[in-house]
Amino acid sequence: MHWMDYLGPLSEGALVTIQLTVFSTILGAILSFAFGIGKLSRNWLIRGFSIGYIEIFRGTSLLVQLFWLYFALPIAGDAIGINLRLPAVVAGILALGLNIGAYGAEVVRGAIEAVSRNQYEAATALNFSGRQALWRVILPQAIPEMMPSFSNLAVQNLKDTALASLITLSDLALKAEQLRNYTQDSTTIYTIILFMYFGMALVLSLLMRLIETSVSRWRGVRR
Amino acid sequence: MSEPIIVFDKVAKAYGNFVVIDQLDFKVERGEKVTIIGPSGSGKSTVLRILMTLEKISDGVVYVGGEPLWHEKKNGGLAPAGEAHLRKMRSQLGMVFQQFNLFPHMTVLRNLTEAPRVVLGLSAADAKARAEELLELVGLTEHAHKFPNQLSGGQQQRVGIARALAMRPKVMLFDEPTSALDPELVGEVLTVIRRLASEHDLTMLMVTHEMRFAREISDRVCFFDKGRIREEGTPEEIFGNPKEERTRQFLSAVLDGA
Amino acid sequence: MLFGYEWDTSHGELAFAISILPMLLRGLVVTIQASLLGFFVAMVLGLLLAVLKSAPSRLVSWPAAFVTEFIRDTPLLVQLFFLYYVLPDYGIVLPAFLTGALALGIQYSAYTSEVYRAGIDAVERGQHEAAKALDLPPRRTFTHVVLPQAVPRVIPALGNYLVSIMKDVPVLSVVTVLEMLNVAKIIGDQTFNYLVPLSMVGGLYLIMTLVASALVRYLDVRLPKRGIPLR
Repeated sequence: MHWMDYLGPLSEGALVTIQLTVFSTILGAILSFAFGIGKLSRNWLIRGFSIGYIEIFRGTSLLVQLFWLYFALPIAGDAIGINLRLPAVVAGILALGLNIGAYGAEVVRGAIEAVSRNQYEAATALNFSGRQALWRVILPQAIPEMMPSFSNLAVQNLKDTALASLITLSDLALKAEQLRNYTQDSTTIYTIILFMYFGMALVLSLLMRLIETSVSRWRGVRR
Repeated sequence: MSEPIIVFDKVAKAYGNFVVIDQLDFKVERGEKVTIIGPSGSGKSTVLRILMTLEKISDGVVYVGGEPLWHEKKNGGLAPAGEAHLRKMRSQLGMVFQQFNLFPHMTVLRNLTEAPRVVLGLSAADAKARAEELLELVGLTEHAHKFPNQLSGGQQQRVGIARALAMRPKVMLFDEPTSALDPELVGEVLTVIRRLASEHDLTMLMVTHEMRFAREISDRVCFFDKGRIREEGTPEEIFGNPKEERTRQFLSAVLDGA
Repeated sequence: MLFGYEWDTSHGELAFAISILPMLLRGLVVTIQASLLGFFVAMVLGLLLAVLKSAPSRLVSWPAAFVTEFIRDTPLLVQLFFLYYVLPDYGIVLPAFLTGALALGIQYSAYTSEVYRAGIDAVERGQHEAAKALDLPPRRTFTHVVLPQAVPRVIPALGNYLVSIMKDVPVLSVVTVLEMLNVAKIIGDQTFNYLVPLSMVGGLYLIMTLVASALVRYLDVRLPKRGIPLR
């Protein structure tokens, strides 16, 4: 087969990779804010839960998490009588999202804590409630600080989607493996997909840079 | 004679073993303009911060408008105040900070309208009208759509004053409002405070090193040292004829060095 | 049967768990070995890349920068497959374990090279100038002035990458390396009980990363911030 014939099936795989990346990154972002803010809560239950989530998903391997959700969860479900057989695509997005959400949560927490105490005091003096202060004063100042790290995490997530091929998801990595099985043309195929991933990563970085620029208008002047 | 708007009753504040305020009895009458002077670490700012609920008290009771601030009446006794009570009491007070603490991500106008809209529930139009009134009071009408980092220190502090006033507090607290400013910008801020003092019956409590200004606008001056009021009286009494040795020491050091 | 141990599926979950623990621990040993070897490769390659990237000649520094970025932006799994399938085509046949460690090392060399560069840059410019004023030759400046101050700064960051490498080792299971996850999967494939082995692997990972992180923090505390003292 000519190498250009590979591009068709590989592009199908790339599309799946992109979808996986988009959905899991969005899930991860939501979890990052939920648990990053949760870790700062005064409610010990919320705080404990957040710390637990962050430690577990940062402290264990993504592939282990992925396999656990796909292979082990159904068995746990059977034991308590619920059907927890996740389709591969759900397990994939869930594992990736949970994993990156834990790393993102630390970024969110760090950025919030980095906002000057003075801002909290000004908000208190004006009688904002804790929640009002968080959403209207603190977060808009914290978010620009989070962007560089979020950018790195997004690219990391893109790379991690390749692991989803190991639970049979037809992403770029799986398509490449199938083609290789068929044609034995390892060098060409893998070189092509390395460049495809590289290209996707560059586009993603650019996208994140655009978001970074648009939220930097929330950035204040450091005194 | 109506009751004092602020009462400190044997109030103490300590950080671990370090005592900042020691058995303080202190009163401020409605409409009174009181200035607190004293060396650093004497607890002056802490008094303001306790009133603004930024610091808890270790002992004693603070009353604002006749009601306890850090306690609430429960079952005939006093229990530590919950968040709802604190928010209710806090609405009577406003504070101007040494570092201005404006919200950098909001325009001047938004800095002034945000709290009235979100906390007081004013409509957008009402909040804007109130903000524009205040901008005129502090002389910054043309700067309404600028961001804080585009303003000088003196302008930022004037916005800070307007922002606090937008909440219509009964008591205004000024925590060394000009200490962080370049000398040439101090005057414009003092002008605004002077106007406030003479045109309104706002109760004002100020901590400052600007002795001449204190002498000019205060009804009463308190000299704080090591967490207690060492001496208090009219500006003439304190600045002209201080009775305590410590007060004399402090004043001569500050006025000579200045 | 695995590594000479039998699993016990007839006396309930706990007995099962206890019976597979020795197998998982064998896998853990392989995991640690692969991590250390991969880390070593990453440290060496990273240093090489860092030096190349700081080369005065753009003919050297630009390709080095490009290669670093390329490695950073492509998945470990794909890099692993590339090495595993492509190397033999060119006559290099390595055992799976070494291929895996090499892939880990290459992937992380992109990160460690940045750590080296940041560490070296952080040693104040003034130190270079002071050394020049004292007329120290460049090589001695590097080894006796810059490095002893750069090392304490890079250890925590490098140590954290070691922990990350440990978490990436399971990827090597696709080329049949018998690390912990692979062992668990084999047990699961044969007993149809994935829950117990995979959960145990998760727990072992938590313990491993907690211990490793604590070790890194300990090293960070113990290393003098101003630099390794030289008599």
